Amino acid sequence: MTVEQAVFLFTSFLILFSGFMMVTRQNLVHAALYLVVALFGVAVIFVLLEAGFLAVVQVLVYIGAIAILMIFAVMLTRGDVSQEQEPVNANFGWALLLAALFCFGLIVLIGQWPAIDSQAPALDPEADTVLDLGAALVSPDAYVIPFEVASVLLLAALIGALVVARPQKKNPRSAK
Amino acid sequence: MTIATLTWLIPLPPLLAFFLILLFTRRNNAISHIVGVGTAALSWLLGMIVFIAAIGAEHLGENPITSSVGWLALGDKIFSIGVLIDPLSAVTLFFVAWTVLMIFIYSIGYHNFGQPKGAHDVPGLPPEGAEEHGHRVPSVEPMYARFFAFIGLFAFGMYTLVVSDNLLTLFVGWEIMGLCSYLLIGFWYAKPSAKAAAIKAFMTTRVGDVFMLLGIVALYSATGTLSFREILYSHEVLETLANTPAGVWGLSAAGLIGLLLFIGTVGKSAQWPLHVWLPDAMEGPTPVSAMIHAATMVSAGVYMVLRMFPLLSAGWVEGGDLTTTMTVMAFIGAFTALFAATIALAQKDIKRVLAYSTISQLGYMIAALGIGAYVAAAFHLVTHAFFKALLFLGSGSVIHGMEHGVLQTGEHIDAQDMFNMGGLKSKMPITFWTFLIGGFALSGFPLITAGFWSKDEILADAFANGRWIVFGVLALAAVLTAFYTMRQITLTFLGTPRTKAAEHASESVRTMTLPLIVLAVFAIGAGWVGIPESFPGIGGVLPSWFHDFVGGTLLEHPPAAVFNATPLLVSFAVALGGLGLGWLAYRRSGQTDPLRQPLGPIYTLLERKYYFDELYDWLFVRPVKWFAEQFTYLFLDRQVIDGILHRIARAAFSLGRIFRTYFDAPVVNGFGDFTASVTQSFGRALRKIQTGQVQQYLLFVALLAFGGLFYYLLTILQ
Amino acid sequence: MIPLSWYLVLAAALFSLGLYGVLARKNAIAILMGVELMLNAVNVNLVAFWRYLTPDSVSGQAFAVMVFAVAAAEVAVGLALVISIYRRRKTVAADEINLMKW
Repeated sequence: MTVEQAVFLFTSFLILFSGFMMVTRQNLVHAALYLVVALFGVAVIFVLLEAGFLAVVQVLVYIGAIAILMIFAVMLTRGDVSQEQEPVNANFGWALLLAALFCFGLIVLIGQWPAIDSQAPALDPEADTVLDLGAALVSPDAYVIPFEVASVLLLAALIGALVVARPQKKNPRSAK
Repeated sequence: MTIATLTWLIPLPPLLAFFLILLFTRRNNAISHIVGVGTAALSWLLGMIVFIAAIGAEHLGENPITSSVGWLALGDKIFSIGVLIDPLSAVTLFFVAWTVLMIFIYSIGYHNFGQPKGAHDVPGLPPEGAEEHGHRVPSVEPMYARFFAFIGLFAFGMYTLVVSDNLLTLFVGWEIMGLCSYLLIGFWYAKPSAKAAAIKAFMTTRVGDVFMLLGIVALYSATGTLSFREILYSHEVLETLANTPAGVWGLSAAGLIGLLLFIGTVGKSAQWPLHVWLPDAMEGPTPVSAMIHAATMVSAGVYMVLRMFPLLSAGWVEGGDLTTTMTVMAFIGAFTALFAATIALAQKDIKRVLAYSTISQLGYMIAALGIGAYVAAAFHLVTHAFFKALLFLGSGSVIHGMEHGVLQTGEHIDAQDMFNMGGLKSKMPITFWTFLIGGFALSGFPLITAGFWSKDEILADAFANGRWIVFGVLALAAVLTAFYTMRQITLTFLGTPRTKAAEHASESVRTMTLPLIVLAVFAIGAGWVGIPESFPGIGGVLPSWFHDFVGGTLLEHPPAAVFNATPLLVSFAVALGGLGLGWLAYRRSGQTDPLRQPLGPIYTLLERKYYFDELYDWLFVRPVKWFAEQFTYLFLDRQVIDGILHRIARAAFSLGRIFRTYFDAPVVNGFGDFTASVTQSFGRALRKIQTGQVQQYLLFVALLAFGGLFYYLLTILQ
Repeated sequence: MIPLSWYLVLAAALFSLGLYGVLARKNAIAILMGVELMLNAVNVNLVAFWRYLTPDSVSGQAFAVMVFAVAAAEVAVGLALVISIYRRRKTVAADEINLMKW
C-alpha cells in the first residue's frame, strides 16, 4: 500500500462518514458542518487526481460560498418546528432501499467494465493543465459558448433568487 | 352600342328601382320617388331611342331588330331568349313608355308627396288627411316608397313582355305583372274590400294563365320552339300546325293552341266570362288602375293575341271563312264589348264606369282581331292606351279634388260617386278639359280624336268584310259607349254641385295635371297617324303611316279596307248620337239616376252587373268553399291525412319506446355508464398517487429511471 | 497507485448517500445538501475519467467547472425558494409543502 493509497482510503472514509452523518443528523447545523467536511474531502480527492485548480475552486466555491450559504439558510429558518422532529419523511425506508440498490447496481456495473483497472498515465510535466483549461474555456473552438451560457445562468439565478426571496409587500395577493 | 343592346336594357331600370327602393331607400320618400321616376324616365328614353330607330329602319317587318342568347340547355337543344323589335312591339313600346312614365309622375302628386303625415294614418289604409294650420289637408301615403317599388316591378314586367322574342319570357313578364297587380290592388291591404279584390284578380287571371301555359307547352311540344320569329314567320310551321288535327272538337293544332292562348288573354284582358276581377281592381290606388287598365296589363293580353295572330289565323285567307279560334274571338270580343258597355250605363262609381268601359274597348279589339282586322286592332290598342290612361288619371284627379272637398267640409260621402259631384268644370279646369278630350276620344268624337279613327277603322273593316253581326254589335256598343261617357262627363263636371264637397273641390297639383296634358295630346294626335288614305277630304293629307308600318309585322301585309260611306256615317251617328243623348238625359240629374225609373228592373240588373259576381259566388266560390270545408278539411285533412299521420306517429312512438326499453337503456346507456364508472374508479385509485409531495414523485421517477437504466446496461454488457 | 475503480466506487457511494438524503430528508435545506453531495460525486467521476482516460484533453475539468457554476446557481435559487416558503408557511418541511395535489 502506497502513501497515495493510504491517503485515498483515509479521505474516502472521511468523505463517506461525513456524508452519512450529514444525511442522518437531525440538527441541521451539524449536517452542514459534516457537509463542509465531505466537500473538503472531495477537494483532497481532486489533489490526488492532480487537478489542483479544481481543488482550490472546490474549497472556494463549495466550502467558501455554498456551504456558508447553507448555514445561513439554516439559521434563517431556525423557527421551524420540524427541525426538532423526526429528520426523515414517511418514505425513508423506500428511499434507503432505492439508494442501496442503486449503489449496489452501480458497483456491479463498474465491476463489469473492462477499463476498470486501468492506471493513471503520467502527465506531461511540461504541460500546464490550468493554462489549458483557461484557454479552452474562452476558446471559440472549445467551451466559450457553454462558458457564456453558464455566466448568463448565474446572472439569472442571481436575479431570480433576489426576486423570490425578497420580502413580501403588505398584501401578498397584490404583490404577485 | 347597337339598338339591340339598348333593347335589352329597356326593362332593367325599373327592376333596379324596385330593388333599390325596397332594400335601401324606402325610408326616404324623396329619394325613392327620384329613383322610381328616374328609372322610368331612363326606360322611356331607351324606349324612344329604340322606337325612333325602329321607325327609321327599312322593312322592319322582314328584318326586325333582334338579338338573343342561349339561356337554357334542353337536351341537345338550347333554348334561346332574346329581344325582338318589330313594328308591333315598336308601337307598343311607344305607348307603354309614355303612359308608364306619365303614371310614375302622376303618382307623386296622387300620393300627396310633400304633404304632412296624417296623425291617424296607418300603413295599409288610404291616408285620412292631416291637420295643418287648422285646416284638414290631404296627408302623404304611409307606404309611399313601397308604391314606387311595386310599380317599378310592374313596369319591368311590361317592358319584358313587350321586348321579348319568345312566348316564355313574354309569359314571365305576364306573370310578374300578375303578381304586381295582386300587390298593387291590395296595396291598401287593411281594407277588406281591397284584400278581397286582390285575391279575386289574382285567382281569376290565374284561370286564364293556366290555360295559356297549357297552350305554350302544347306549342313547344308541337314545334320545338317558342320563338316568335321561328313560329310566326315560317309558312311551313304555320301550315303544319294548321293541318295537324288536335283531336279535340275537330280543331287543328294551331286552333287548339290559339284557343288556349286566347283564354290567357280572356283572363288578362278581362273578357267575358273572366271579366269580373277588373271592376273590383278599382280598389287599388288610381295610378294602379291606370297602369293595369290602360297602359299595361290588360293591353298585354291584347298584345299577346296580336303577337300570335298568324298562329290564331293559321289556315285563314283574307276574305275567307274565319277559323274556329277567330270565330270564338270575334264572338267573345263583340259580346264583351256590348255586355260591358251596358253595365257601364248604370254604375255610379267614376272609376268603375271606366273599368267597364275598358272591358268593352278591349272587347272591341278582340272582336276586330277575330274578324281579321289586325291593324285596326293594334291601332285601337294604341289609341285606347292613351285615352284610357288619360281618363283614369283624370278620374283620379277628380277623386283627389273631391277628397280635398270632403276634408274641407267634413261630409261623409263617397268621393268616387258621380252623383255626389257636378259642376267641377270651373273648380278643376285642367282636369275637365283633359277629361273631356279623353272622353271624346273614347266615344269616337269624329275627325279630331284618336278614338274615332281607330274605332272607325274597326267598323270599316267589319263592314267591308261583311261581318254584319259583329258590325252591328260593335256599333251598338259604340252608341252605349258615347252615352255613358257623356253621362260621366255631365254628372261629374257639368251642371251644379250636388254636394258641399263638390263645391269645395280644388284642382290637383302640377305633378298630376302635367301627365294629363301630355296624355291629352296623344289622345288626339295618336289617331292622325292612321287616317285611311281613301278618306274623303282629309285622307292622304297625313300619310297613313300606321297601317303600312304595323301591317309590315305580318308575313302578308293586310290590305287597307276599301272606303265605304256607310260605316263612316254609322261612326258619326253613334258617336254624336250617344254623346247627345247622354247630355240630354243627365244634364238635370239629381242625386238619383234619371234612368232608374224608366228602365226599372233592367237598371237594377245592369247596376248589379248581370249578377255575375253572385253567379260566380254561387257557382264556384261556394262549392269550392264547401268542398274545401267539408271534404278537404273535415274528411281528407282531418280524417284521412291526420288519421294516417296519427297512426304513423303512434307506431313510431311505440317503436321508439321499444328501442328505448330494450336497446337504448340497457345497451347504449349501459355502455356509456360502464365506461364512465370504470374511468371514475381508475381516477379514484390513481388520485392516491398524487400526494403533492415532491420527494415521493422523485422516488417513483428514480425507481423507474434507474430500473430502466440498469436493465439496459445489463443487456448491452452481456 | 490507485486504480480507477476506487474513485468510481467512492463516487457511486457518495452519489447514493446524496440520493438517500434527497429522497428521505424532511428539511428542504437538507435536501439541497443531498443534491450537493450528488453533484460532488459527479465531479469526482468527471475528474477521475479525465485523469485516467483522456489526460490530454481538458474536457473533464471543463465540465467540472460547469458543474460548479450550475451548483452555485442551484443553491442560490433553491435557498431563495426555501426562504420564501418559510416566510409564507413558517415551515421548510418538504412533505408539508403539498399544495400541488388534488
